[in-house]
Amino acid sequence: MMKAFFRALREASLSAWIGLVIVVGNALCAILAGWIAPYDPADPVGGLWEGFTAEHWLGTDQLGRDMLSRMLEGGQLTIGIALAVTALAFVIGVLGGFIAALGRGAVDQVLSRIVDALMAIPTLLFALLVLSVMGTSVPVLIVVIAILESTRVFRLARALALDLAAMDFVEVARLRGESMLWIMRREILPNTTLPLMSEFGLRFCFVVLFISTLSFLGLGIQPPAADWGGLVRENAQAINFGIAAPLIPAAAIAILTVGVNLVVDWMLARQGKAMLERPA
Amino acid sequence: MIFKLALRRLALGVITIFVVSVLIFSVTELLPGDVATAILGQGATPEAVAEIHRELDLDHPAYVRYGRWLEGFLKGDFGNSLTTNEPVSVQLVPRLMDTLALAGLAALVAVPLAIALGLLAAIFEDRALDKIISTFSLATISVPEFFMGYLLIIILATNLQLFPSLALVEPGMGIFERVYAMALPALTLTFVVMAHMMRMTRAAVIDVLQRPYIEMARLKGIKPWRIVIQHALPNALGPIVTVVALNLAYLVVGVVVVEVVFVYPGMGQYLVDAVSKRDMPVVQACVLIFALVYVLLNLLADIVGILANPRLRHPR
Amino acid sequence: MSDPLLSVSNLQITVPGADGPRAIVENVSFELQRGEVLGLIGESGAGKSTIGLAALGFGRGAVRLSGGEVLLDGEDLRQMSEAQLRALRGRKVAYVAQSAAAAFNPARTIGEQVIEVQLRHGLASREAALDQARTLFAELALPDPEHFGDRYPHQASGGQLQRAMIAMAMAGRPDLVVFDEPTTALDVTTQVEVLAAMRRVIDQHGTAALYISHDLAVVAQMADRILVLRHGRMVELDTTEAILHHPREAYTQELVAARADRMKELAHAATTPLLDIRAVSAAYGGGAHKVLFDIDVSVHPGETVAIVGESGSGKSTLARVITGLLPPAEGRIEFQGKPLSPALAQRSDDDLRRIQLIHQLPDVALNPRHRVGDVISRPLSMFRGLRGRELETEIARLLALVDLDPALARRYPVQLSGGQKQRVCIARALAAEPDLMICDEVTSALDPLVAEGVQDLLLDLQRRMRLAMLFITHDLGVVRRMADRVVVMQHGRIVEQGTTSEIFTPPCAAYTQRLLDSVPEMRIGWLAERLDVLQTQPV
Repeated sequence: MMKAFFRALREASLSAWIGLVIVVGNALCAILAGWIAPYDPADPVGGLWEGFTAEHWLGTDQLGRDMLSRMLEGGQLTIGIALAVTALAFVIGVLGGFIAALGRGAVDQVLSRIVDALMAIPTLLFALLVLSVMGTSVPVLIVVIAILESTRVFRLARALALDLAAMDFVEVARLRGESMLWIMRREILPNTTLPLMSEFGLRFCFVVLFISTLSFLGLGIQPPAADWGGLVRENAQAINFGIAAPLIPAAAIAILTVGVNLVVDWMLARQGKAMLERPA
Repeated sequence: MIFKLALRRLALGVITIFVVSVLIFSVTELLPGDVATAILGQGATPEAVAEIHRELDLDHPAYVRYGRWLEGFLKGDFGNSLTTNEPVSVQLVPRLMDTLALAGLAALVAVPLAIALGLLAAIFEDRALDKIISTFSLATISVPEFFMGYLLIIILATNLQLFPSLALVEPGMGIFERVYAMALPALTLTFVVMAHMMRMTRAAVIDVLQRPYIEMARLKGIKPWRIVIQHALPNALGPIVTVVALNLAYLVVGVVVVEVVFVYPGMGQYLVDAVSKRDMPVVQACVLIFALVYVLLNLLADIVGILANPRLRHPR
Repeated sequence: MSDPLLSVSNLQITVPGADGPRAIVENVSFELQRGEVLGLIGESGAGKSTIGLAALGFGRGAVRLSGGEVLLDGEDLRQMSEAQLRALRGRKVAYVAQSAAAAFNPARTIGEQVIEVQLRHGLASREAALDQARTLFAELALPDPEHFGDRYPHQASGGQLQRAMIAMAMAGRPDLVVFDEPTTALDVTTQVEVLAAMRRVIDQHGTAALYISHDLAVVAQMADRILVLRHGRMVELDTTEAILHHPREAYTQELVAARADRMKELAHAATTPLLDIRAVSAAYGGGAHKVLFDIDVSVHPGETVAIVGESGSGKSTLARVITGLLPPAEGRIEFQGKPLSPALAQRSDDDLRRIQLIHQLPDVALNPRHRVGDVISRPLSMFRGLRGRELETEIARLLALVDLDPALARRYPVQLSGGQKQRVCIARALAAEPDLMICDEVTSALDPLVAEGVQDLLLDLQRRMRLAMLFITHDLGVVRRMADRVVVMQHGRIVEQGTTSEIFTPPCAAYTQRLLDSVPEMRIGWLAERLDVLQTQPV
């Protein structure tokens, strides 16, 4: 198992390596943020929008706080919340999609129409609508975005399961008298792991962008805490003085998204190859 | 036959719009918490709460209020803003026009450019030109809209000083002045929308180019450019128009963010402000208008898809 | 003899592989005279189509013509520029593809596509080209030849499109036409019409042809000489006469023998039927679309009953009704004298165990994520409660029973060949110890020799285990080998049923007769005889 993993790493392309370094680096920074941050992210320790110096690698922000420490804390928030949202969206979406596909009939109709209705409006608009009523707090954000994103997961899971349900091997299982749960777990799920895994990566990227956008608009994570989108908002004024401070968190979001995309591409290519040449 | 299908889709569109309006209205109803206390905070006086209740018409049953709201909406009366007490329509209409101008300008540039580049990328699949175009569009997609916006400000406004960094449009500006002021936000939007449109156009054309009838045309000794024009395009046109309509719908989201970046006084900015101030009548009106545009563009995409299908156009 | 029209020597064709180019065609040489038809025959992967396309100087995707010569009228296609090749294609050499439905552009009329070659190569004016197209449509017996060209591809049937594609190929008056499996996708009765049309047009215009097929009997009707291919190499090249009657190579001999007719000995009919279907009707879409009308069929223990019919005859629907996947609208089904619940959900485990279905395509009948051992073990543990060592031994025994190495139990389906996969499906069915096996076109997706092996296995298993079989097929040759009794179906109704010898001996129902007559026989001149008959009697 380990050996196969290291062999895969050795054979990985340059773009896959870049992606892996980005993803692992981001994960480590997010986990260790509290320990490796050079300053307390809430402490004003320097002047206003200082440039990159030996003391402040990424400069300081609009209140003179250390940007690197703010970025580490913001990354932890962004990645942590995005992971929670994506996981929740997948639990809801996959379960719903499979039940709709295998249950057919009324169950499918009801679930699909609900999803259609939710998808008739862009998710950002819907989120704005809900947040204006319920106010902004982290739990509300997580649940609302997860429900909105789960509609895309539902569509994919349902389509995959419908495709597979039409396969003869599922018919054989039905003719054998297998239960719906068994068919879902043993015949369908193993064949959907690959597309669902890559969808997880892509959804995660969307969620990162989504949360960042909300925070940028001032409707996501509320001060004094700030995720990457919030950091862009806080430092937006700098742009008028020709200072690139808001570009730092924005670039972090972009790099993370690109990295996840590269890893997903690599996984897809590897899995496709592995299917063809499995050792006997 | 084909008109029946198109009509059915149209009917479905009308139902969707109705469902969307109910949804927008009922989100305010179903979600927990009293709107009045939410707006005024915990320490609100009973009189103030009652005032809000009257303002929002909360004393009548929901379906009555929905009926009134919809009726008002159709007449162009969106109620009064909770923060300024002015009629929403007075504030909204000029902003809507500004937003439409911004989105229209972006679309005008993005659509022809995206189709041309997508087509080129598909024809030269896997060659250098395709790789450049694909890498560029992938990079644009991975980047948040505000990143693109600030990047353009830093490069084009702060460093090169070609455009103003803030898009301040005022009434009475001439058309060229106005376009000049809108240049950066429009460019940002163009990039964002173009990437998606280009990728989808490329995919649609490549899909057609891989069909057996294209190989057949090559085996008949037809020249490549003629194969593209006579065999590929008639079949790719439907998908391409669908792609364009779908991505114009995406402008709805993009415009909200871009307006905030450039402090552009359009409907997106207005909506975001209203959300943070919990000005429900404004939020409802803005969301409903944005949603209408989105649903209509999706509807257009589907109907074009139906009309472009030769199997449906020439029934057996 | 004059110079050959096409001369291929030492042709090598490669595709890029993990470690450099990999040859898919190697060292192939042959000549084709003007007006001559050469048949290319072989199993899938033999390189037939690749060689056919090479005659147009074309390689699909990454395929490269990497060595040897392809001389058309003395000029080497491998040395030509893309522009030179373009000038040649359609005008001097034309191509007829397997699936006409995919090879026609859905957005343009058939007529536009047929005359395109003449217009683009500057061979004729638009009016003259349209005129010629009408004549060709008439020659090919297409309906309403005056206006047939105004139709869009989806407005014509499969057989008509295939003939229209022949018209498209002939429009440029080429010297050579490459026919790539042009009748494989068609029903037998349609196939005869298309074969006849092709034969007529080739004879009339004196066109030379490469005729590619996996069906030796079809090739025998079209070709003067036959080239047998295997794994991209030449096995044998000789006249059709010699290939059919005196094949020299062992592989060719097997191919010829696989098609030879053999009739099964009649099993003794037992007294009470195992399966008894009475007056069954069925419909899809909640009764909206009726597909089966008033079906009566019975199967006795140890007997094989073949259900024969063309696509759309309802034969596979009957299998769905028997297995409970589609509850019948009317009628009843009895199994071992007891009524069988119409719907799957109401059937007992034992009922489910006793009736096993084997599908046409083993690729989709096996879950790609399950090992062979897991596939077979599930029915064993479910129906027979086997565990541990007992289970392992039984899996090995079943694999051996279907002539597979028990070591294959650890493999995934992707690592098996088509024939091996179908054997795994048979082993899975046998694991349930069924009384009745329903085989739905189980060998039609396999290459002829592999199909023969699977048929032999089924015959052998049946004799040893006294299984009853319901054998659904469109291939009358298979019926003759496998069946004790035959049920002929058309448009959801039974046309005729009886013992195999009764059905295959005239007189029989008109439709059965037409089906029988349409199956190409492996002798020269069969098609010509058929044409005479078809001309004297209305189709």
